[in-house]
Amino acid sequence: MKGFWHDAAEFFPILMNGVALTIVVTIGSLLLSTVLGLVWAMMRVSGIKALSMLSASLINVIRGIPIIVLLFYLYFVMPDLGVTLSALQAAILGLGIAYSAYQAENFRAGIEAIDKGQIEAAQSIGMGWWLTMRRVVLPQAVRIVLPPYGNVMIMMLKDSSQASTITVAELALQGKLIASSTFKNTSVFTLVALMYLTMSIPLILLVRHFEKRAGKR
Amino acid sequence: MIELNDVHKSFGKVEVLKGITASVEKGEVVCIIGPSGSGKSTILRCINGLESYDRGEISVEGLKVHRDAPSIVNIRTQVSMVFQRFNLFPHRTVLENVVEGPLFVKKEPRAQVLERGRALLAQVGLAEKADAHPPQLSGGQQQRVAIARALAMQPKAILFDEPTSALDPELVGDVLGVMRKLADDGMTMVVVTHEMGFARDVADRVLFIDGGVIVEQGPAKALLNQPKHPRTQDFLRRVLHPL
Repeated sequence: MKGFWHDAAEFFPILMNGVALTIVVTIGSLLLSTVLGLVWAMMRVSGIKALSMLSASLINVIRGIPIIVLLFYLYFVMPDLGVTLSALQAAILGLGIAYSAYQAENFRAGIEAIDKGQIEAAQSIGMGWWLTMRRVVLPQAVRIVLPPYGNVMIMMLKDSSQASTITVAELALQGKLIASSTFKNTSVFTLVALMYLTMSIPLILLVRHFEKRAGKR
Repeated sequence: MIELNDVHKSFGKVEVLKGITASVEKGEVVCIIGPSGSGKSTILRCINGLESYDRGEISVEGLKVHRDAPSIVNIRTQVSMVFQRFNLFPHRTVLENVVEGPLFVKKEPRAQVLERGRALLAQVGLAEKADAHPPQLSGGQQQRVAIARALAMQPKAILFDEPTSALDPELVGDVLGVMRKLADDGMTMVVVTHEMGFARDVADRVLFIDGGVIVEQGPAKALLNQPKHPRTQDFLRRVLHPL
């Protein structure tokens, strides 16, 4: 145990560099997946057949490809097509796209859970599609969508470790590098696990808060 | 003001409106009565384009109702609707519900709209509930807010789709009272209802619909007191004397 604390003090600063990148990757891909997911969901509920089918196929294609393959594709294949991305860019893009499919399905479920009468009431006071979405449907859907959204945040935080496969030196990769050079596997990976857990706890509490609030009305 | 000419409408293979021809004059109160599934609500929903129709023509002040045409917004801002299940926006306060349309659809000046909203809430007896949220109100109160929301659009006519059917019996009177007052003030109203007392006392005309056609129509008192068609007689007997 004494050894652990000693190692922890030594490795903590290096691992913190990894934490910074983990946070950048998580937030970046969270934002991207939210925006893309919202776009797919809107296309899906637009009532325009071509858009909704395009979105449905996109979601299925994205869902059917493992994240790690998506990352390899963006990082190793795109340069052959003339698009060179930095490891960080590829990681955010890949995770963002991969998660956009789940976000879209989550958003769609939230939108479709809104009572049809709400939409009719909005239409009956002359609201068009977009105004109905913005003023009536989305504000109510947010309540429904937030708890699963919080879960996506937690999964995203943990899945950001997949960026290590394309050389992004985030927490997991930093840990692996230290472990392979010091052979202190136990200390290093215990520390890495604890650091992920520490970052997850606020998110877990946030989800609980969302769930309580959603249950209220 | 509202004209329906040989309107047909089918849901899949079921034809719910089989040639409805009727008109509503300015300032007139028309009640539509008839058994469940007779197409009463569908008529209302076609008038403001919540439903499309297959054949015939509906027009409001000479403007043809076409659900997917941009002009439908114009029609909906002139013809408000009150729903059976209120359909208030639960995430907004009572006052916000009332001013939503004028503020965001008609883009009227905020201060003026808020003032009108409060006046309308006072008119339906709910001035003190302006900052409450709809789920905190009783059904009768919610329906009165819905009427204020409809009025806030300053419509030329209001469609009422069974406005008291979802209410506890003791709350029906408040809503009917507000509606009666509107009628007295000269509002053009089309009311789908099972409240025969209201129809008799307030309506100018009554249409009896059954099986997607207008079976009988005429002045409210005459039709309700001395129905001519056997189906009208049968329907009224069942409604007025269920035992």
